[in-house]
Amino acid sequence: MRLGLVIDLDVCVGCHACAVACKQWNSSGTTGPLTDYDPYGADPSGVWFNRIRSFEVGEYPQSKTVNFPMSCMHCETAECVTVCPTGASYKRPEDGIVLVDQDKCMGCNYCAWACPYGARELDQASGTMKKCTLCVDRIYDEALPEAERQPACVLTCPTRARHFGDLDDPDSGVSAVVRERGGFQSMPELGYNPTNQYLPPRVQRPAQQADRPRASLQDKLKEWMARAITK
Amino acid sequence: MLGEGLLTALPQFEDHASQEKKYTTCYMCACRCGIEVTVENNQVRFIRGNRAHPVNQGVLCAKGNAGIMKQISPAKLRNPMRRKPGTERGAGAFEEISWDEALDELTARLRAIRETDPKRLAFFTGRDQMQALTGLWAQQFGTINWAAHGGFCSVNMAAAGLYMMGHAFWEFGDPDWDRTKYFMLWGVAEDHASNPIKLGIEKLKRRGGKFVSINPVRTGYQAVADEWVPIKPGTDGALALSMIHVLLSREQFDWDFLVRYTNAPFLVVQTPGKPGDGMILRDADGRPQAWDNVNGGLVNGMEAGITPALFGEYVGPDGRPVKPVMQLIAEKYLDPQYAPERAAKVCGVPAEQIERLALEMAHVAFKETIEIKCDWTDWAGRRHEKFIGRPVSMHAMRGISAHSNGFQTCRALHLLQILLGTVDVPGGHRAKAPFPRHVPPPIKPAKHTAPNTPLSAPPLGFPTMPEDLVIDEQGHPLRIDKAYSWEAPIANHGLMHMVITNAVNGDPYPIDTLIFFMANMAWNSTMNTGDIQDMLRAKNDDGGHKIPYLVVVDSFHSETVNFADLVLPDTTYLERFDAISMLDRPISEPDSPCDSIRYPVIEPDRNVRPWQEVLVDLAGRLGFPAFTDDQGQPKYAGYTDFIRRWEKAPGIGFLAGWRGEQGEKSMRGEPNPDQWERYRENQCFFQHHLPENQRFYRFANRDYLDWAKEVGFNATAEPIVMELYSETLQRFRLAGQGLYDGPMPTDAQDKQRLVDYFDPLPIWYLSLEEAAVSEQEYPFHAVNQRPMHMYHSWDSQNAWLRQITAQNYLYMNRGRAERMGIADESWVWVESHNGRIRVQVKLMEGCQEDTVWTWNAIGKQSGAWGLSADAPESRRGFLMNHLISELLPPGSGDRRITNSDPVTGQAAWYDLKVKITPATDGADCAWPEFDTIQPLPGQAESPGELRYQTHEAVNLRRSLKDILTRN
Repeated sequence: MRLGLVIDLDVCVGCHACAVACKQWNSSGTTGPLTDYDPYGADPSGVWFNRIRSFEVGEYPQSKTVNFPMSCMHCETAECVTVCPTGASYKRPEDGIVLVDQDKCMGCNYCAWACPYGARELDQASGTMKKCTLCVDRIYDEALPEAERQPACVLTCPTRARHFGDLDDPDSGVSAVVRERGGFQSMPELGYNPTNQYLPPRVQRPAQQADRPRASLQDKLKEWMARAITK
Repeated sequence: MLGEGLLTALPQFEDHASQEKKYTTCYMCACRCGIEVTVENNQVRFIRGNRAHPVNQGVLCAKGNAGIMKQISPAKLRNPMRRKPGTERGAGAFEEISWDEALDELTARLRAIRETDPKRLAFFTGRDQMQALTGLWAQQFGTINWAAHGGFCSVNMAAAGLYMMGHAFWEFGDPDWDRTKYFMLWGVAEDHASNPIKLGIEKLKRRGGKFVSINPVRTGYQAVADEWVPIKPGTDGALALSMIHVLLSREQFDWDFLVRYTNAPFLVVQTPGKPGDGMILRDADGRPQAWDNVNGGLVNGMEAGITPALFGEYVGPDGRPVKPVMQLIAEKYLDPQYAPERAAKVCGVPAEQIERLALEMAHVAFKETIEIKCDWTDWAGRRHEKFIGRPVSMHAMRGISAHSNGFQTCRALHLLQILLGTVDVPGGHRAKAPFPRHVPPPIKPAKHTAPNTPLSAPPLGFPTMPEDLVIDEQGHPLRIDKAYSWEAPIANHGLMHMVITNAVNGDPYPIDTLIFFMANMAWNSTMNTGDIQDMLRAKNDDGGHKIPYLVVVDSFHSETVNFADLVLPDTTYLERFDAISMLDRPISEPDSPCDSIRYPVIEPDRNVRPWQEVLVDLAGRLGFPAFTDDQGQPKYAGYTDFIRRWEKAPGIGFLAGWRGEQGEKSMRGEPNPDQWERYRENQCFFQHHLPENQRFYRFANRDYLDWAKEVGFNATAEPIVMELYSETLQRFRLAGQGLYDGPMPTDAQDKQRLVDYFDPLPIWYLSLEEAAVSEQEYPFHAVNQRPMHMYHSWDSQNAWLRQITAQNYLYMNRGRAERMGIADESWVWVESHNGRIRVQVKLMEGCQEDTVWTWNAIGKQSGAWGLSADAPESRRGFLMNHLISELLPPGSGDRRITNSDPVTGQAAWYDLKVKITPATDGADCAWPEFDTIQPLPGQAESPGELRYQTHEAVNLRRSLKDILTRN
């Protein structure tokens, strides 16, 4: 099993719902709290597992605005795990989720340097590295209704841009949507083989136009005058 | 299924036994999503969208997900407070008092006002969702000086819709997201329907539909638009009318729809310069006349089976020339002044694009028609086997509304929709209950006040003629905000943005007490913020304040609280009961009338009371007839008791669900003592599913119209006729021309405004500020919007959301800025006719070249909202409000006129014109700077670090064996 997220860039409007839902769930989650520094002060910041990068492509007036949510990609070749000196970082064999054992992490930051996606966040208060757990504390919780055993970001996404499932299973919804929509990995050239995938914007067919030709106003009004439509 | 065949057993992460799931309604903005709140130790563990809820269907936005940080905000008010005796208003020195003291003081003051001149109380409310209650309260008090904040928010949209088609954009209608194939979004609209629009855009795109966005700025929803049309602000009306020109010139309009459901065939009298010109020809019984094309003669335009002409020139029985409305429409918009080539110069949108967009919509409407098989009966009793749908839809809100030409622009959008036959049809723009209502709803605003006497009508209503204005015999305004005066005749939501200015000027008269609820009128919700703060401090020669007594009701330490004489602390949304009522602006969906409640999910930890509870208490103390019994004793035990038992008409109350003594009735029935609990059992909402035959064409759907009358939505079951041509506007225009048989203005400016702007057919004109200032001196349009994660929220103190945005910038088109020598992140001066500000710039591509913009309401006054004095919101963040005057630039006369739409009084925030110059003084902070607000008594210092969690984390350990055997 290779659990991961598929994120549809055709409909992501950059609303940050997923980021805040993640923050909310995980604050009291298995690696919580997610410390906030200077929350009411001059330089508010904190630990977030999911951040939205927004950027522009092209020049006015053809420019496009792209919103690109980024969190741990749960890579197949997870360098963050390889470099971990304490064994705190690991990739679960049963589902591929990359996790950090908070009791074993010493906050050395090696994994953060190894991760090209910027997915790792050092909690300065606990001195440990934290990251997306794919809501491992939700997705297996049988006390939750089955439909809710999903990562918080997926449940909340108002444009349903986020999909969760097993990318090893060719019959899963996420595998199907990746096939149909041409899903792609972020920075595959780096060779980490990220599990998460992104769906590109759909290509619109040119819309058709009504084609009745113009006529002179005089002729038209004359013709229109005689027309009888029953009320 | 997950969990099967796991190698490692997982610990129990959540102790479900110590948690409780409760349902209520979100209030982080005005969208009103259903939420499930998991509570653990009277703390919020998790807020999740309710999957069963009709509004959000399980999803939740960034604001809703940040509710925990609202709940634990250090800016929460804790006790009632009085301005410390001997200190100046606005100095921010308060003393805490008890609720008894606070309410005794307030009751005595209000009683004295009510006994003498009730309109000396002005009561204005912000983004509340309880106007049915606050309006009733004001009516019972007897003051006409009540409104919510719609005058600076949405009134152009509401009024344009209700005076034309009986529902509206805003909260009264939605695109048919399940069927629409072409969606056009006009202007800024991160909106009331925050999550439904997001859900809808995804559905549309999944279906392969086209999404066109008309907006000067490419942020938010525009990011995923298939086509972005960067238009010059305030010119949308010109674009829409040009599209109408294209449709008419290619005969792309829905003949059947126009004949059957609109006033397009009604005959209009053509006697320019004479009384009665432009009025609809009527017979002795007042019935509108049409010309029958088959029988050749005048007929009752409302009769089924006639074959009325849409075009032509005819003669009335009295010899007056008449033309059908549609003939006037064709003559007006086929004129070359509406041709795409002309509109292109105004809007900055190429002519070919205007024509193409219009013809794309026409193709979808007429060539991609959808049909839903369903037996339904029309208003005249005729059976039909299908609903015909024209799947083109639109949405518009602030970007259209906040211009002084917004009312007529919104009418132009509706005319476009109606010509395409897309109103309340499958795939089009659908009404949400209690809409559609008759055009306009038959309620007139109250005019007369008397001591100790409730008003005979609600303070707000829908004028249809000059006789309905709220003015005295001399034509002077009777309301403090001058709503329903010649300056703003159809000001259906009042003009909250004028209240402070008018009260301080004693124009039309001074008041005694001003109550603000949930409205930051000393900061981001007012125009001209600095001057408004001075006005709140202003005193008469005798040393008394010009606004003698200011009461502020809020949950948080806002900038406006700082100016209060009396502060009444409200609860948070998670601590209160609320009824989001069918009598107000309910949460209905097109297929289902719905309403909802809030039910407290946690106990307040401070000495606060919900404002609605206080209102019911005050109503009893003051002896309002509707709130007291025969002995003059309070009739209701409190808010929930009032909601349960009060009836507007027999069987109709605030909540429509589970009525009847056993809760067996929906929509109408006797009060049910158990009603709140029944709502709670149903996750705090009620949904009535309309039968399929009542879901479309409701303006002319017999079964729906009968039902809507029965449940009290409409006074009659007559069909609702869409008014492409507005006789109401023409009456006012005749008054301006001196041709009306009734009240007429005497001031030359008033006359001219009626003549210029009350065109009975939609028009476009240059916005009033733009017309009054020099284009050379102020070449840029300046507009603002809010980021999706803060739209309609009033708390950027939110510790999570401010990590996303804690400073706003002035955004500019990169190419334009670079040609001016302005670099990214440099500081510039922005100057309008009203003032100047120094702000930091960011450059971007997705911004129309003549437009600059910013995120609104990020800027805060130092010390407010529990933020530190050096917070970026106050040091580098800014308000554009300083540049916007509540009054138009001085004209020829000495009278200053409100900076608002001349029809509705809608605040014209987006008309702002500015010039931009690089700041060379080396400063790195925003200007103007304001004094730091003092902390409140007993206010704890805001924490320097937050480690919020509701239980200790259960760590998932990696086994030693795994470490040793892998990697």
